[in-house]
Amino acid sequence: MPAELPPRVAELIEDLKLVEDRQDRLLTLIDFADRFEEVSPEVATRPFSEANHVQRCESEAYVFTTPHPDGGVKYHFAVENPQGISAKAMAVILDETISGETPDVIAGVPTDLVYKVFGKELSMGKGQGLMGMIELCKILAKKMEVERLAAETQDA
Amino acid sequence: MQTLPIKERGYVNADILVTTDWVAEHKDDAGVRLVESNEDMLLYPSGHIPGAVQVDWTTDLNDPITRDYLSAEKFAALMSRIGVTPDTTVVFYGDKSNWWASYALWVFSLFGHQKVKLMDGGRAKWDAEGRELTRDVPKFESTEYPVPTRDDTQIRAFRDQVLEHVKARRKLVDVRSPLEFTGERLHMEDYPNEGALRGGHIPGAANVPWARAANEDGTFKTAEELKAIYCDEKGLSKGDDVVVYCRIGERSSHTWFVLTHLLGFDKVRNYDGSWTEWGNLVGVPIEKP
Repeated sequence: MPAELPPRVAELIEDLKLVEDRQDRLLTLIDFADRFEEVSPEVATRPFSEANHVQRCESEAYVFTTPHPDGGVKYHFAVENPQGISAKAMAVILDETISGETPDVIAGVPTDLVYKVFGKELSMGKGQGLMGMIELCKILAKKMEVERLAAETQDA
Repeated sequence: MQTLPIKERGYVNADILVTTDWVAEHKDDAGVRLVESNEDMLLYPSGHIPGAVQVDWTTDLNDPITRDYLSAEKFAALMSRIGVTPDTTVVFYGDKSNWWASYALWVFSLFGHQKVKLMDGGRAKWDAEGRELTRDVPKFESTEYPVPTRDDTQIRAFRDQVLEHVKARRKLVDVRSPLEFTGERLHMEDYPNEGALRGGHIPGAANVPWARAANEDGTFKTAEELKAIYCDEKGLSKGDDVVVYCRIGERSSHTWFVLTHLLGFDKVRNYDGSWTEWGNLVGVPIEKP
């Protein structure tokens, strides 16, 4: 049985279903990209670690995590390609829909979310890179959880 | 890196390339239409050269049902929609070193649109130079564009012709990555659904990944540098009958452009069926190292 979608992801998918016109969908995605804010130097500085590098993403995207003030995982992103607008849109979407969720919930985000968001016209190369962003978000969330549990065990 | 001016690079048809400066100066000319063609569908609506229209390689240039390009009637309708007449100079540019722009230019050439140019360096160069981008989508008055005849005989090759080409031991250039060429990879990296049942290459093909023709900034290498790759290293000659291919014919459009327009080869055809057709065909010969 497929894992349950995080609530804000499910809400986004429902909202995007209402945007039937392709051009309107693209403009909606560009609105997301316009809200992109690069990872702050307090969280990460260049050269970024390879462990944070999104595989298969031609826009040279990086994902970073910190504990969210309200619990769960807070995501931060860098996109090194100035033309990487789709990666920037995806970064904002992920931050706005899964930051603050627990690793267990984040594990339920399907990578094919990118096709639900960007539409079936998304080219395969682009789709693979964006799916790579989701995969790295899940990996880093799991890593944070493992580290948190290890620290708890040590404290005990 | 300093690139030589286009006129000093030794191209046979240097006029087919224009600089970003030329585009800045001529973008508002009545007889010029800028066409942006990208892989990334968000790029054009997020900002494009003022006055540029978008031609989408999937929705505008391909037939949605049959694996083929748009019909002559639809091409005429597309030209009308973007305000182009047979006398309009269409200047293409796009992402990825003009990979998709070259593809669009090749499709326009199938329909015999004569006045075509490519902006050297593509949109990345324009953007890197800090030039103006806009989100305003221009509207042009519809034009009367006569329904052309699509000529698939001069610059396009089909599988049976390629089979004959192989039997006659004529020149083929496979522009895919080395791993696709050797068959280790059944698809281009990151394009898993565009694979084939068999890996390898068409017998006799030389492997020249398309991007070798471009500099890091997306501009084209000089004629001397291109000749060193295609002629000296791979043994092609200007008079050869050459077929180029990749996986669906888009990367090879870039190489077709280089061989045809920059080096002046007499007969270069793009096999758009490419590896997604050849690698799935029953009974055709395949070569592996």
